[in-house]
Amino acid sequence: MKSSAEIVIIGGGISGCSIAYNLAKKGVKNIVVLEKDYICSGSTGRCGAGVRMQWGTEMNCKIAKKSIEFYENANEILEYERDVEFKQKGYLLVAHTEHEVEQFKKNVEVQHSCGIPSKMISLQEAKEIVPYLNTDILKGAAFCEKDGFLNPFNTTDAFYRAAKRLGVEFYTFTEATAIKTEKGKVTGVETNKGFIATNIVVNATNGYAKGICEMVGIDVPVYSERHQILVTEPVEPIQDPMVMSFGLNFYIQQSPEGTFIMGRGDETEPRDLRITSSWQFLEEMAKSIDEVLPPISKLRIIRQWAGLYNMTPDKQPIYDKAENVEGFYMAFGYSGHGFMFGPITGIVMAEMIMGEEPTIDVSMLNLNRFKTGKLLLEPSVV
Amino acid sequence: MDGKTIVCRCSDVTLKEIRKLISQGYTTFEEIKRLTRSGMGPCQGKTCGQLIMREIANARGQKIQDVKFQTNRPPVVGVKLGLVAEEARRNEK
Repeated sequence: MKSSAEIVIIGGGISGCSIAYNLAKKGVKNIVVLEKDYICSGSTGRCGAGVRMQWGTEMNCKIAKKSIEFYENANEILEYERDVEFKQKGYLLVAHTEHEVEQFKKNVEVQHSCGIPSKMISLQEAKEIVPYLNTDILKGAAFCEKDGFLNPFNTTDAFYRAAKRLGVEFYTFTEATAIKTEKGKVTGVETNKGFIATNIVVNATNGYAKGICEMVGIDVPVYSERHQILVTEPVEPIQDPMVMSFGLNFYIQQSPEGTFIMGRGDETEPRDLRITSSWQFLEEMAKSIDEVLPPISKLRIIRQWAGLYNMTPDKQPIYDKAENVEGFYMAFGYSGHGFMFGPITGIVMAEMIMGEEPTIDVSMLNLNRFKTGKLLLEPSVV
Repeated sequence: MDGKTIVCRCSDVTLKEIRKLISQGYTTFEEIKRLTRSGMGPCQGKTCGQLIMREIANARGQKIQDVKFQTNRPPVVGVKLGLVAEEARRNEK
């Protein structure tokens, strides 16, 4: 293991790999990524594999749109010999109250202002897209054909391999245990395998970000929440888009392998970093699907798992550098959409660290916004 | 031969593909699982698990009992979503 590095990135998920890749592409040498387990073992590798542009805040819309445009060409840009499996078959968002329909209309306006090709559609049209959708309990729908499925493992692997080719060193099964500072400056990272001297540390640990910030005495208003997912046996392709409901609190998509991946959120989840599975999730998920997409309930559940959402008060990420600790950078708090934002996370963080003009101005996603109270709440999260 | 030898019957993964990943540095079951889907299918690794762990053990010069398998996930056998929903509703009554 190296005893010193130009930049140490903590976290080997999509964010850490993307930040490392972008920095290396800019010519930075001697970059180290620390991952306490294996690459993609955290939130990224546990996510629902969906990517969408249909958000409710301008910031989320802009980041998502640019990220998806990157993903459209990810195999070529990252020179990936495998396939990131990006399939743009759309996201069908369904509303089950009039209030939600109104929210969708507002969201679509924001999306259009960002150039996102989403639209409000009738329940009739929704049924043409997913014929077995039970529209009796629904009031309206929105659709964006550019949203879709993306393989989280292969995508992270693509960034990982590209970064590695550019000279980035990845230390897996290596946990950051302390961050050393002197006179308000970062001086190094202590790990379970030794010390690395560095003046720049990036916290890209998402689910575990609060603990890493505490190492340098920064209190961040984020918490991690368990979100569970299950997957069914594979069947022939029968459903093109992701079907998602914020009110009914679920999402479900058929993967290219033919399996159905579905998940739901639960605000009453204990906030203790647990990623075990529960039977309560299984029951609630099964009831929702049985009601909204009846034929899918004939499929067998093969496995269920869980991962962490890192929630911020406005459900938008934090991209910032610490005010009082020089050399400490933060990229986390994606509130469930860190995988889809991966490409832009890498670009804007690399630009921030290098002191360059940002591709997208993300200055409003600073940490201070929670103190000043200037929050624009993202309304559309499961 | 190894190009035609299927190690994972659920996801059609060949021995050749497994050996290639191991040679590229993916030497834990969890890493190989994520890139190939071995162990994620209906058999939950009951077929491929031992075979892949043996390949890892050979490559790393370890004993197979020292190679870590994946996290076991519920349910133990495939259960229809509808049955779970039905039972859940019955319990609520």
